[in-house]
Amino acid sequence: MTLNPFATVQQQLDLSPEISDEVKTTTCYMCACRCGIRVHLKDKKIRYIEGNPEHPVNKGVLCAKGAAGILNQYSPAKLTKPLLRVGERGEGKFKEIEWDEALKLATKWLGDVRAKDPSKLAFFTGRDQSQSLTGWWAKQFGTRNFAAHGGFCSVNMAAGGIYTLGGSFWEFGEPDWELTKYFMMFGVAEDHDSNPIKIGLGKLKTRGDAKFVAVNPSRNGYNSIADEWIGIRPGTDGLFVFALIHELLRAEKVDFKYLARYSNAPWLVIQNPGEADDGLILRNKKGDPLCYDLVKKRAVSALGADISPALVGEHRVKNKRVVPAFQLLAKRYLADEYSPDAVAETTGVPASTIRRIAAELAQVAFEEEIVIEQPWTDVWGRRHEQMIGRPVSFHAMRGISAHSNGFHTCRAIHILQVLLGSVDVPGGWRNKAPYPKPIPPGPKPSGEPIAQNMPLEGMPLGTPTGPEDLIVGEDGEPLRIDKAYSWEYPLSAHGLMHMVMHNAWAKDPCEIEVAFFYMANIAWNSSMNTSGTLQYFTDKDENGEYKIPKIIYSDAFWSETVAYSDLILPDTTYFERHDCISLLDRPISSAHGPGDAIRHPVLELDRDVRCFQTVLLDLGAKLGLPGFVNEDGAAAYPGGYEDYMVNHERAPGLGPLAGWRGVNGDQHGRGAPNKDQLQRYIENGGFWVHELPPEQQYFKTVNKDYLEYAVHMGWIPDTNPIIFQLYSEPVQKFRLSSQGHGKHQPPERHKKRVETYFDPLPFWYMPFEEAAIDRVKYPLHALSQRPMHMYHSWGSQNAWLRQITSANQLHMHVDTAKALGIPNGDWVWIESPLGRVKGKVKLISGVNPNTVWTWNAIGKRKGSWGLSPDAPESNQGFLLNHIISEVLTPKPGEPQYSNSDPVTGQAAWFDLRVRVYPCAADEAGFTEPMFERFTEAPAANCPVLRYGADLKGQQKGSFVPEKSWIGNRHENAAHIDGLADGKGNQTDEDKL
Amino acid sequence: MHPAKSVIFFTTTTGAGYGLLFWLAVLAHRGLVGPDFGFGLLAFGIAFTLVVGGLLSSTLHLGRPERAWRALSQWRSSWLSREGIAALLTFIPTVLFACFWLFWHNNSGYVAWLGLFGGVMSLLTVYTTSMIYASLKAIPAWSVGWTVPGFLVLSLMSGAVLASALAAVGGYGAAALWLVLPTLFFLAFGLVVKLSYWSKIDRSVSSSAETATGLGEFGKVRLIESPHDQPNYLIKEMGFVIARKHRTKLRRMVVIFAFGLPFLGISIGWFAPDIVVFLTLAALGFCAVGVAMERWLFFAEAKHVVTLYYDT
Amino acid sequence: MTCLPKNPSGKKLGLVIDLDICVGCHACAVSCKEWNASGQMAPLTDLQPYGAKPDGVWFNRIHTFEVVEPQTGASRTVHFPKSCLHCDDAPCVTVCPTGASYKREEDGIVLVNTDICIGCKLCSWACPYGAREYDEDEGVMKKCTMCVDKIYNENLPEESRVPACVSTCPTGARSFGDLGDPNSEVSKLVAARNGYGLMPEQGTKPVNRYLPPRPKKLGNELAPRLLEHVDDSANGAGVLARWVDKILSA
Ligand SMILES: Nc1nc2c(c(=O)[nH]1)N[C@H]1C(S)=C(S)[C@@H](COP(=O)(O)OP(=O)(O)OC[C@H]3O[C@@H](n4cnc5c(=O)[nH]c(N)nc54)[C@H](O)[C@@H]3O)O[C@H]1N2
Ligand SMILES: Nc1nc2c(c(=O)[nH]1)N[C@H]1C(S)=C(S)[C@@H](COP(=O)(O)OP(=O)(O)OC[C@H]3O[C@@H](n4cnc5c(=O)[nH]c(N)nc54)[C@H](O)[C@@H]3O)O[C@H]1N2
Ligand code: SF4
Ligand code: SF4
Ligand code: SF4
Ligand code: SF4
Ligand code: SF4
Ligand SMILES: [Mo]
Repeated sequence: MTLNPFATVQQQLDLSPEISDEVKTTTCYMCACRCGIRVHLKDKKIRYIEGNPEHPVNKGVLCAKGAAGILNQYSPAKLTKPLLRVGERGEGKFKEIEWDEALKLATKWLGDVRAKDPSKLAFFTGRDQSQSLTGWWAKQFGTRNFAAHGGFCSVNMAAGGIYTLGGSFWEFGEPDWELTKYFMMFGVAEDHDSNPIKIGLGKLKTRGDAKFVAVNPSRNGYNSIADEWIGIRPGTDGLFVFALIHELLRAEKVDFKYLARYSNAPWLVIQNPGEADDGLILRNKKGDPLCYDLVKKRAVSALGADISPALVGEHRVKNKRVVPAFQLLAKRYLADEYSPDAVAETTGVPASTIRRIAAELAQVAFEEEIVIEQPWTDVWGRRHEQMIGRPVSFHAMRGISAHSNGFHTCRAIHILQVLLGSVDVPGGWRNKAPYPKPIPPGPKPSGEPIAQNMPLEGMPLGTPTGPEDLIVGEDGEPLRIDKAYSWEYPLSAHGLMHMVMHNAWAKDPCEIEVAFFYMANIAWNSSMNTSGTLQYFTDKDENGEYKIPKIIYSDAFWSETVAYSDLILPDTTYFERHDCISLLDRPISSAHGPGDAIRHPVLELDRDVRCFQTVLLDLGAKLGLPGFVNEDGAAAYPGGYEDYMVNHERAPGLGPLAGWRGVNGDQHGRGAPNKDQLQRYIENGGFWVHELPPEQQYFKTVNKDYLEYAVHMGWIPDTNPIIFQLYSEPVQKFRLSSQGHGKHQPPERHKKRVETYFDPLPFWYMPFEEAAIDRVKYPLHALSQRPMHMYHSWGSQNAWLRQITSANQLHMHVDTAKALGIPNGDWVWIESPLGRVKGKVKLISGVNPNTVWTWNAIGKRKGSWGLSPDAPESNQGFLLNHIISEVLTPKPGEPQYSNSDPVTGQAAWFDLRVRVYPCAADEAGFTEPMFERFTEAPAANCPVLRYGADLKGQQKGSFVPEKSWIGNRHENAAHIDGLADGKGNQTDEDKL
Repeated sequence: MHPAKSVIFFTTTTGAGYGLLFWLAVLAHRGLVGPDFGFGLLAFGIAFTLVVGGLLSSTLHLGRPERAWRALSQWRSSWLSREGIAALLTFIPTVLFACFWLFWHNNSGYVAWLGLFGGVMSLLTVYTTSMIYASLKAIPAWSVGWTVPGFLVLSLMSGAVLASALAAVGGYGAAALWLVLPTLFFLAFGLVVKLSYWSKIDRSVSSSAETATGLGEFGKVRLIESPHDQPNYLIKEMGFVIARKHRTKLRRMVVIFAFGLPFLGISIGWFAPDIVVFLTLAALGFCAVGVAMERWLFFAEAKHVVTLYYDT
Repeated sequence: MTCLPKNPSGKKLGLVIDLDICVGCHACAVSCKEWNASGQMAPLTDLQPYGAKPDGVWFNRIHTFEVVEPQTGASRTVHFPKSCLHCDDAPCVTVCPTGASYKREEDGIVLVNTDICIGCKLCSWACPYGAREYDEDEGVMKKCTMCVDKIYNENLPEESRVPACVSTCPTGARSFGDLGDPNSEVSKLVAARNGYGLMPEQGTKPVNRYLPPRPKKLGNELAPRLLEHVDDSANGAGVLARWVDKILSA
């Protein structure tokens, strides 16, 4: 370099530096979306992570979290060694111990419980992507007290779907992004289908021939790019949907043929008020449902092929007065109480808007139907020359789910879909394998037998078909610690993780000796009433013993919950272990076909931590659980989780991974274990997918070829048609029991509740909390949403992500704030009947004026996550959970219920009502409640972070001409002259 | 804009130093001060201390002061580069002038002309400094016509006040007397320039959040989510805004300290030779405070258009 | 080369950002940070990464604006990513005293040579868009490199040879190419969508283009008429009656 001060220095640029020594392909776990990633490694450090273009989930894109994965790997909050608590719970004082000791201790605690009463173990596994293993472990251990996070997450969505469509929203289905012309999204901020939704929205909007309607009290993220934003009042979507149904029925804009063929609309429902068969489906001896054939003029099996079923009309069959289910449905929603005018005020959606949306739905569904010239065969053996689609699609998530009326609202949306003939059709909403499944899918939940050292009969979680499937004692009282599958929450298919701490503390319905948690931050953001929950952790009984005597916890990071546990089993990160994203669990399928994936270590372990699943297998072996040990008592999977992933068989030939099975690796789905299976996955980019042939792509519920394939894959037991259950007979069975019929009846005090909420047709009621409180005193709905760049509590330890959001604020409508006299940026109290938290307001226009909202899980406890004590997360950020109660205040003479959906037990996070008022001058500037710092929590001593400085590559090779890139190239190419078709910088010509 | 101390110090001191060099040359040229070693040492000492100190302090503000020498290369386009070169070139006539004065006891004739040339170079340097600011379109309060006169006039003004004080202290009554009118003139002119500057920047409209985002066709644009919760470099460097009510108060203070009180001091001194030393020194003190305040305000008031993307 | 290139090649590499579909997910910003942390201007230093005021060097940042129509009160939310616009008349280049800031003749990319930058920050004052990032730790200026070490990089597979922010964007809101060539695909995209540059009044002639939000499909163009009720009897009794004999074959 010249030293002449007047010379202009020309930079010698490295245009083609080497990037990495090695690229490894695996699956992201910065959230549960399961995207494929390519990890560029240099000097055994991560140089760069990019999306894997071949991967079916993300197709090369990566979200902010995924890209920031590097900084989670280098988080100062990483656990490094097993820890044994030495101080009081919540103090944060631990001593480091060796794994031998940790495992010995855990085995002792668990073994003692198992010998005494296995159900005294509560095993709850949070954000678990290995539920088929953890559930099986619980079963073999013999405890019914198992669930993952679904109960506080979206079980309304799951149950509403699997009891209606045989599949559900969540990430188990998706709109036909390529073909849909009208897409309605209810209550979604981010979802588990994070990247697929973003990819889909981008395509749909770029195509330009579709309309995107967002129904959400808040207009941010996805909702802000909607063509139409409907800022509905929280908890009222059911009414809105009923009004749409009302309009469609009144105008006869429903797909009668589709209903008659694919749904239970024509099934005959017994009308026999007061009797034990009232409301049940009339069936023949074989058990087939009957319908009334208008041509044959008699009742025939509704499952027959050539029938002309009546949808309306009362008949007497087998001496019973019967009407088609559709008649009951139509009668309900035609009623004037569901007219747009009647619901406008409650929902906050003008009647004219509802009418217009109904007209648009009808227009697109019926005037713009899609015909694909693709023959297919239905289960009745009939060949159809075409696939006819109604290009209207829906998606919904927790905005619907996390209300105490969410089960019915979710069902309402599904009914609307079916009325429009838009499920699993071209342009509609489509199932992803392993769905659709029979309705309900089974197996039933298992709670028996509980005996010393004995496994359960079946898996602890399942789907009840009627009162006989509940897990209750002789007295009808709950047996599970979370009261799942009890009369209080009968269809709680995912358990009620949010009640575990409360119930264990209250010793209601039973005592827990060991609580074993994995990957859930229950001492903070995944509990309701967080301050109360912390007390449940620390409360002692008369003997000075903790009410919950032993808590084992596996986390990978120093979360709040670590400080409240007794024994910490530190986990690896997702770059350091094997993982299995299985079709038995939550796979990577798309509507185009099934898929599953793995993670495998791409980094060497540099700490004394172990893969939790391996530890669990080890514990299983040490405890001698059946299946975890061989006949000779030796560990069945001595090679750890990777051994299990390859060699475990749930049923002959069926294992955790579907790809490359069989001794030679040439079988998919079914086949003997293949010792090279993981290698095959790694060679293929970490995943396996199968694209369904075109004739299997749609109408999966009744598609013969598809159903046969699904049976072969072990997803469903038989090829019987899966008929949409608009009218839900299982639900009616619960209602009948509450009316005094049958062997299994609810205890008296629950009868009215069961009778009310077990309506076989969806209905709307005011969310419980709203109904119970003084609505004048607490005039506002308070919601939380996920920021797209943060995953619950994990994100805040990430030096990059926390620069984006480090302190959440309370978003409020400008007009509402004006009326309350609250200026932008002021500090306010947010108060619910449970208590109050303090935060700063941010005024916006894009929110329902009756609603305030904030980002979820940004507020942190001081001393957690490796953050310094003055971090904004614990000084300005606040956690709404402190003021969300986990229980409802009982009405006089009524029992206390969880703040949950009465059907499914879904936590009703979004039922929260608050009042907001300015805080005093000396209270401004810091949040409350604020907790003391954990005593010995790690805090990063890192004033400057220069990540990557040493990874800069050296010049290597020359450079190539750059290529252009068009976002949504394919969609843009369709209407902009001169754009080549293809994807990104790959044009179709390149492929030739 | 963030009013960085080093930059305020740099512009005000070099301004005064260069102003002083200019007036010294004028006084020499007019024969109002002879080549007196003591006075010369004091005057040049102060002038060069101000100039060199200012220039050095400006490098403090650099992230890489050790590379400051590289700043000379881009005189074709960069006013900062031009300033560096001008400052260096200015040393040639001014140092020569000082040497003649101090060591060869000559400050008249060709030497005085050399001094004057140095004075003009000094002003040219001040001009280049001012152009650094005036050329920044992104800071509308700086890229107005009044910025350059502001720097030049304030340089001449503070130099004159300084020269007056020196003349008074050094006992050069005639020089002091001669300086009164120009000093008063530049104090008054300075005030006019500054007032015009303020009224201009208060009225000027430039970019808006609507043009910044290009979203004006849809309505009024307001930031609701900043890219980062905590202040980033842009906010720290350019997001400094001074409240309107403070601004008015500070402007008043500038008027009083930079112009009003010095004007008063110098004019009274005219009639009260007994206390002229005290009065000119007082005027100098006020003026220094006032000019520093003025420069602080020059930064603090200037709103960078990048703030349109933020909520500041 | 602090003067703007005298003989520009005519090639102007730039980004096109579609405000109609950007959901504000920050993926582009983080991906940019990630690539460039060890890229041409490595590192992208972070200060107080786990402390009270975390603050680091980012080449790309996402703002969210609300646009309110004053007459009707109708409003919309627009997410707005912003990085260097690689201006044709880049004031950040001409103000630079050292020549550290320069615009490449070959493709118009504006870069900083951090080896000679003195950290005077003047370029950051000159840039109207806030696209210059001062690294306090290293005392030099940094900025978006248009991923110059990625787009031409032979050591990467072809599909990766685009700016990090572009290929990562989940909604496909970002495009990249030669905006100097009116026949390039990006230019056609811009033309078709009325793409615009930011703050033209600043005279910087930015190369990057923004595609404005499309008109919302709100009105009745989709369904010109509201649905006609086939019968307006109370509680729909008439409608039900009509369906009693409706013969369908399943
Ligand atoms: N107010 C409010 N509260 C809510 C919600 C809401 O909408 N509003 N949403 C609810 C919902 S839907 C959910 S799902 C929950 C989520 O709440 P949690 O399930 O508590 O989720 P995280 O905060 O992600 O905590 C998971 C824990 O897993 C740890 N972890 C991360 N990676 C690993 C790993 O590789 N191995 C192990 N062993 N541990 C790891 C993290 O450190 C963290 O402590 O929050 C619920 N809470
Ligand atoms: N980036 C990121 N992604 C995540 C997660 C994360 O933490 N971060 N968490 C994952 C998990 S565990 C889950 S469960 C999913 C959840 O993903 P989402 O279902 O998107 O969950 P939320 O973020 O809770 O957003 C709920 C939305 O519903 C709206 N809403 C609330 N009440 C109502 C209502 O009554 N009606 C309507 N129509 N809308 C309403 C809220 O305004 C909000 O926009 O996201 C997953 N993906
Ligand atoms: S959505 Fe993001 S964080 Fe989640 S798996 Fe995909 S890339 Fe990773
Ligand atoms: S990645 Fe795409 S959608 Fe996300 S903020 Fe950037 S431009 Fe917008
Ligand atoms: S955007 Fe700013 S930094 Fe980029 S070229 Fe234009 S002026 Fe320079
Ligand atoms: S900070 Fe560096 S790049 Fe910017 S103007 Fe100064 S020397 Fe040039
Ligand atoms: S082009 Fe490259 S450097 Fe510029 S914003 Fe995008 S990712 Fe960052
Ligand atoms: Mo969740």
